[in-house]
Amino acid sequence: MSNNTSVWVYTDTVKEHFMHPKNVWEDDSYIADGEGLVGSMACGDQMKVGIQVKDDRIVDLKWQTYGCASAIASTSMMSEIAIGMTLEEAYQLTPSMITERLGGLPQHKFHCSVLGDKALRASIDDYLEKNGRENPYKKRVAKIICECKNVTDQRIEELVKTKEATTLEQLRDITGFGTVCGKCQFKVQQLFDEYKHIYNV
Amino acid sequence: MRRVYLDNNATTQMAPEVIEAIQESFQFYGNASSMHEFGREAISGIEAARSSVAAMIGATPGEIIFTSGGSESDNSVFAQARDMIDAGSKRNRIVTSTIEHPAIIETCRYLVKNGYHVDYATVDSTGKIDRAAYERLLGDDVLLVSIMAGNNETGTIQDIAELSRLAHAHGALVHTDAVQAIGKMDVDVNSWNVDYLSISGHKFYGPKGVGALYVRKGAPFDAFVKGGHQEDGKRAGTYNNPAIIGMGRAAQLIMDTSREERETLWKLREKLRTGLQESIPDVVVNGHPTECLPGTLNVSFAGAEGESILLMLDFEGIAVSTGSACATGSLEPSYVLLAAGLDVELAHGSIRFSLGRYNTEADIEYVLEKMPSIIKRLREISTR
Repeated sequence: MSNNTSVWVYTDTVKEHFMHPKNVWEDDSYIADGEGLVGSMACGDQMKVGIQVKDDRIVDLKWQTYGCASAIASTSMMSEIAIGMTLEEAYQLTPSMITERLGGLPQHKFHCSVLGDKALRASIDDYLEKNGRENPYKKRVAKIICECKNVTDQRIEELVKTKEATTLEQLRDITGFGTVCGKCQFKVQQLFDEYKHIYNV
Repeated sequence: MRRVYLDNNATTQMAPEVIEAIQESFQFYGNASSMHEFGREAISGIEAARSSVAAMIGATPGEIIFTSGGSESDNSVFAQARDMIDAGSKRNRIVTSTIEHPAIIETCRYLVKNGYHVDYATVDSTGKIDRAAYERLLGDDVLLVSIMAGNNETGTIQDIAELSRLAHAHGALVHTDAVQAIGKMDVDVNSWNVDYLSISGHKFYGPKGVGALYVRKGAPFDAFVKGGHQEDGKRAGTYNNPAIIGMGRAAQLIMDTSREERETLWKLREKLRTGLQESIPDVVVNGHPTECLPGTLNVSFAGAEGESILLMLDFEGIAVSTGSACATGSLEPSYVLLAAGLDVELAHGSIRFSLGRYNTEADIEYVLEKMPSIIKRLREISTR
């Protein structure tokens, strides 16, 4: 219950998508070709995304979100962006694409927007798996976080997701991040916490 | 649009009588420490305010120190304890609880980081101090015990007289943070038998930025804010004439009206509680069912997140607060609710309604009219 007024500085677009969210999964008869669920209610936000796919293009998307206004608005905006995209395009959708379209989010609310694209990706993974297909989109360009040890965001994500690294110390032992110049430590820690939150580990 | 303010535990609207007293006080601009007539005019207003604040809690005027607010009052008591420990006191342990206000929780965290010994009494599911656990923490090495009188989030009231008796039996000094309790329950330093008590002006229809600390006559206390000789050398800084005079007026009003006010507040609170429980499924009421500050109602809605509820209410002109992590900027929801063993998800979905003097039955009816559809809508969107 601390914090300042910036908490409430939401843009009109955020407000619109929060008050009147688009493409909400309300109809039980909606059948998804692929479904993804990320986050957890205990963490304060959880998202479920269901896509309908035709010729490798997302023709419809429905979602449900438990979370704060930013989380709800982010998922709503993500749905508008993703519908009509090819699976490949949708797979590359990033949180910043969502927040940009929302006209920005308060800084400490950025993490609320990262579940949307993860849920979308999970639904695409599910779709491909159900159809017995390889995932050709995973080769997205990894971003190097620790330059000294060449540790990428994807590598960190993978290690968190598979629970190979459940603590920062384990992550350091495996990757060696931050052991040379140390410049990346804060960034790695942020990402690590973020992924732990996303994958609920 | 109708506006309904139900966040009185955060702060209250200043009483019109207080605003009037403050406006009048501006003409007495002298430095209250000066000997000339300008100074004397100012100090007489301040001393009258001191008498009112003292009378409000059953103290004598000489036992009241004006401060900048509840946080300073709390901090100065812990600084006193720290100084005594530094000076070699055989008693070197502090006992407090897991549900204290951040002014105490963070001060204790700081003390622990610097090598001091602090123990935390736990609470039961209603937010009441676990008596057995509390007693186990007491001992002859305890210097200070600090337990809040009424909790800001849940409203749960502690039995300060009894907790104080137990602590005194071990020779400890006793402090209580009564910031939320003032005006909402009987606060009497003699029946409670505490050595220190914190007060904040803006929680009982007075101005912000002013508070008081009760220090029992004879209890050790040295200046926390060091400097001039104000407050008998116990708190330096030029007197804030308007704020102190305003708080004094607020204290008078509390003495005049508090009893009836509490009954009205509890009635409105109960109307809100039963109304919510009747119109919305899966509502959990947090805190103690009866031993609760009369205007405080803390409820959790499964499957709806607190910040979302708060904002939807805000768009309807209704002001509340939440224990959700999203509203605090951290990933952890309310530590007060978690300390009472509340499920994490329910803590994220908690809303605190805190009613005050200026709320009416129509306010509650308006909330009861808006609330069901908001929760229903958020649950429809939710993954629940």
